[in-house]
Amino acid sequence: MAATSKKNRIITGLLTHFVLILLAVICLAPILLVVTNSFKSNAEIVGSPLSLPTVLHFENYVQAWTTGKFGKGFLNSIKLTGCTILIVLICSTLAGYVLSGKRIKGSGAVLTYFMMAMTVPIQLFLFPLYFAYANLGLIGNIPATSLILAATYMPLAVFLMRTFFLSVPKELEEAARIDGANTSQVLWHVMRPVVSPGLVTVGILIGLQSWNEYLISSTFLQGEKNFTATLGFLSMNGSYGSNMGVLMAAAMVLIGPVIIFFLLMQKQFIDGMVSGAVKG
Amino acid sequence: MKAKKKINWNYFLIAPSLLISIAIILVPGIMTFVFSFTDWNGLSPNINFVGLKNFAEIFQDKVFYRAITNNVIWVIMFLTIPVCIGMLAACLLLNRKKTRSIYQVAFLIPYILAPAVNAMLWLNVIFSPIAGLFAALRNFGINLSSPLSNVKTAIYACAGVDIWHYWSYLSVIYLAALRQVPTDQVEAARIDGCSSPQLFRYIYLPNIKSTVTLMFVMITIGSFLAFDYIKLLTGGGPAHATEVLGTYAYNLAFSQMKVGKAAAAGLFISFFGLIASAVYTKLSKSEEME
Repeated sequence: MAATSKKNRIITGLLTHFVLILLAVICLAPILLVVTNSFKSNAEIVGSPLSLPTVLHFENYVQAWTTGKFGKGFLNSIKLTGCTILIVLICSTLAGYVLSGKRIKGSGAVLTYFMMAMTVPIQLFLFPLYFAYANLGLIGNIPATSLILAATYMPLAVFLMRTFFLSVPKELEEAARIDGANTSQVLWHVMRPVVSPGLVTVGILIGLQSWNEYLISSTFLQGEKNFTATLGFLSMNGSYGSNMGVLMAAAMVLIGPVIIFFLLMQKQFIDGMVSGAVKG
Repeated sequence: MKAKKKINWNYFLIAPSLLISIAIILVPGIMTFVFSFTDWNGLSPNINFVGLKNFAEIFQDKVFYRAITNNVIWVIMFLTIPVCIGMLAACLLLNRKKTRSIYQVAFLIPYILAPAVNAMLWLNVIFSPIAGLFAALRNFGINLSSPLSNVKTAIYACAGVDIWHYWSYLSVIYLAALRQVPTDQVEAARIDGCSSPQLFRYIYLPNIKSTVTLMFVMITIGSFLAFDYIKLLTGGGPAHATEVLGTYAYNLAFSQMKVGKAAAAGLFISFFGLIASAVYTKLSKSEEME
C-alpha cells in the first residue's frame, strides 16, 4: 500500500511539473527566439528562423540603438513614467488619507465617483481631450501627456492607498493629535513611515503601466522627437522591417531592462498586482 | 468661536486628485456626450446639432455589428481560456512551495512586457512567413499562412496573443486567493478522505468565490475596452474582420475625422462599461460589508 501511494505521488508530481514546464515554455519560447535571432544576420534568420546563431552579430545592437533612436526614446519614456508616478503618488496619497475616514462631507460620493472613473473606457474622454490638447498646443508635450495617464491610473491608486491608510491604527493619529500635531505633521511624521511600503507597491504598479502604455502615448506623443522607446521601436518596424536581426535586437533593448527590473523587484510587483484584486 | 474659524485642510488634500480627474475624465466625458449629437469633424469651428443622426448611422453600419460580435467573441474567449489555464496553473502551484516562485516569474514575463513589444514579437517571430516559426514550419513542408491575414481566423489569433500575455495575471491572483483558504478546513476535508477534485470543488472554490467573481467582472469590462493588441496586430483589418468597438471608434475619429460619430460610438462602449462597473461597484461594496 505504502509503495503504491508513494509511486502515485511521484507520478502526480511528474505530471504537475510536465504541465507547468509546458506552460513556461509557451510563455518564454517567443522571447527566447527573439534573443537568438537578435544575434543573427538577416540572411541567417530568413534561412533558418529557429537555429542558434553561428556568429554573434553584436553590431545588430549598435545599429538598433541608433536607428530606433533609443537614447532619446528611453529619456522620454523615463520622463513620461517619472512624471506619471510623481503625480499619482502625491495625489493618491493625499486623497487616500482623506478618504480613509469620514474627514470630509461627501466622501462617499467621491468614492463612488472614483469607482466609476476606474472602469470608464478611454474612448469616452479621448476625442474631446485630444482636440482640446491640439488647440492648446500640447500634442507632443510629455508632462501634459503624463497628466492624462495619471488621471486614468488615479482611481486605482486612490483605492490602494486608502486601504493602506485604513490599516493604520486609529490610536496612532489620535495620540499625535493630542500631542498637538496638525494635519501636515500627522501625514509626514505619523502616516508616511507606516504607508511607505504602499507607496512602493503603487509606484511600481503605476510605473509598469505607464511604461507599457500604448493608446494614449501613441495618440498624444506625435513627432519623432517626442517618441517614447516603445513608439520608436514601433516606427522602426514600419520603416526598417527589412533587417530582422536589427529589429530583434531593438526588441531586446526594450525587453531586457523590463525583465531585469521585474526580476529584481518581483515580490513588490506581485504584491502590487494582488493587492488590487484580493482582499485580506 | 475659535473652532468655527478652523479650516478643514482635508478639502485641500482631496482637491488635486479630484481636480485632475474632473479635468481629464469628467469634463471631456460630458463633452463626448454633447458631441455625439453634432457633426463636428474636430477642426471646423462651426458645429451643427444633428440630433440622433450619428446613432442612426452607426446602427445601420455593418462594421459596427461586426465590432460588437468581435467584442462578444472576445468576452467569451477571455472568460473561458485564461480563466481555466490560470486556475489550473494556480492549483498546480499551490502545493509546490519550493518551485512556485520560479514558475510564477516565468509565467509573468509576457504579462510585464508592453503590448507593443509583444505584438511585434508575435508578428515577426511566430506569424511571419519569412522570418518566423511559420517560415520554419514551411521548411518542414507544413504550409501555414498567417492566421492574421485570414478573415475568419484573424480575431481568434489576436485574442490568442492577448491571452498569451494575460493569463498569468489571473493565475497569480487565483493563487494568492487560494493561499488564503484556511488550512484547517483543507486538513479536515483531507482526513475525511476528500480527493483533490472534491477538495477544489467543495473547499477551495467556495472560499475564493468572491475573487473569481470580481475577476469575471474585470475581464468583461476589459474585453469591451480591448484595443491595443488588435490595433497593433491587424489595425482592425483585414476588411474590418477584427474590428472591435475600441478600434471602430478610434478610426472614426482619427482616420475618417468623424468626431461626432466617434463620440456616439464611444458613448456606446461606455454604456457597456457602465453596466459592468455598476455590477463591480455593487460587488465590492457588498464585499466590504462582509
